Amino acid sequence: MSSEVIKGKVLVVGDNIDTDLIVPGKYLTLKEASDLGKHVLEGLDPSIPDKIEKEGIRVIVAGRNFGCGSSREHAVLAIIGAGIKAVVAESFARIFYRNAINRGLIVIEAKGLRNKVRDGDIITIDLDKHSITIPTGEEVSFKPLPEEVMKIIKAGGLIEYLKKQKETKEATR
Amino acid sequence: MEGNVKPGEVVVGADSHTVTYGALSSFATGVGSTEAAYAMVTGKLWFKVPEPLYIRVDGRLPYYICGKDVILKILSEIGEEGANYKSMEFFGSGLKSLSMSDRLTIANMSVEGGAKNAIFPLDEITLSYFKDLGMHIDIVDLGFLKPIEPQEQKPDIVVDLSSLEPMVSKPHSPANAVSVREVEGIKVDMAFIGSCTNGRYEDLYQAAKILKSRKVSRDVRLIITPASKKVLMKALKEDLIRILVEAGAIVTPPSCGACFGGHLGVAGDNENVISSTNRNFKGRMGSPKANIYLASPLTVAASAVEGSITDPRKYLGEIA
Repeated sequence: MSSEVIKGKVLVVGDNIDTDLIVPGKYLTLKEASDLGKHVLEGLDPSIPDKIEKEGIRVIVAGRNFGCGSSREHAVLAIIGAGIKAVVAESFARIFYRNAINRGLIVIEAKGLRNKVRDGDIITIDLDKHSITIPTGEEVSFKPLPEEVMKIIKAGGLIEYLKKQKETKEATR
Repeated sequence: MEGNVKPGEVVVGADSHTVTYGALSSFATGVGSTEAAYAMVTGKLWFKVPEPLYIRVDGRLPYYICGKDVILKILSEIGEEGANYKSMEFFGSGLKSLSMSDRLTIANMSVEGGAKNAIFPLDEITLSYFKDLGMHIDIVDLGFLKPIEPQEQKPDIVVDLSSLEPMVSKPHSPANAVSVREVEGIKVDMAFIGSCTNGRYEDLYQAAKILKSRKVSRDVRLIITPASKKVLMKALKEDLIRILVEAGAIVTPPSCGACFGGHLGVAGDNENVISSTNRNFKGRMGSPKANIYLASPLTVAASAVEGSITDPRKYLGEIA
């Protein structure tokens, strides 16, 4: 995550997209993000993984309570594995939200966006300015992620962050 | 449930149903596997202190009502995000009639309302539970876990146990729960009793109350999966397994079983499933075309005998 701007096509989904819809239980034996990505949101609509790949979708725009249900990190991995750079939702379920940060996936709560965009629209998310630009030129602002959270995301996730902290500690010893 | 968690502790687990331990008066919440690893390495995690959602429990639990019916009723009132990021805190005179098994089921499914955790006060039932495990709980420093007096706190939700009906969650959300009367008669292909929600000895006992000297309908496969080896061994020793198998149930080795559609009973296309588990999300137990209904072990067992969703009172002598 070097860039502070994410620009890409969106896929719009509804409310209460649960972890079983994001990655059905039968795929939990898969471990690699790239393998899981081939099945992302298959529970919602089996044509989605193909659509994401063919159309080059980079952002998921969702309604309320995205990621409710299981603590399975596979849900986050599947999204990352499909090439998605950010999920923008009205609200997130709490374990999914933490998992996303801990795996380096950008998660943004932006009210009202899902009613302003359609599948295939290109939006630009500016993480520094905390705003999203939609095709009409309108800007939708969002609450910035806390600095500590951004550090974890930028490190590429919590484990990488922990390793970095350890290295810094050892270097200053 | 086997003495690993004690009142007053802070517990995290790489399972959303870690909240179950709130029944033991601990702060317990689910995290992802990365955070669980971080906690193991550093002994620390960050948390925002959750806002409370106060639930007052009145009345007395009737014999045909289980902890499962209580939490499904709560979920039907608050919805699937009604407790998001909150701590479900239970108090009231009705807690006296909720066994530890009932409390575990209630705390377990608090996450289905989005709760960060659920917590029951430390009372006689908690202490006797630990006594049975052969553990002594020193309550000197645990005053903060004492029950809230009903007059001290305004509740967000009130549940009257005495007037509860057996509850069933319709597809595809646990919060989509209604009285069993509204779904009675729906044909059942598969019935499942098990999981962290209702796979304990007490749940198998409830099922056996219905299944004793009865037969599972020939159109239904009833699968029973004890939640742990300890549960299975106790059920063997107490002769419950014989009763279940004689009734025509398929008893599998202990595990999560059919709950998340992994193995040991996967739902097929267009099948109706009634299950004692915690989630009826689309595709949760196998085919996305299956319809999953959630209910107590009593309601699941009664429905397995009847061949369709049934009020367990029919087999417990309450209604003719």
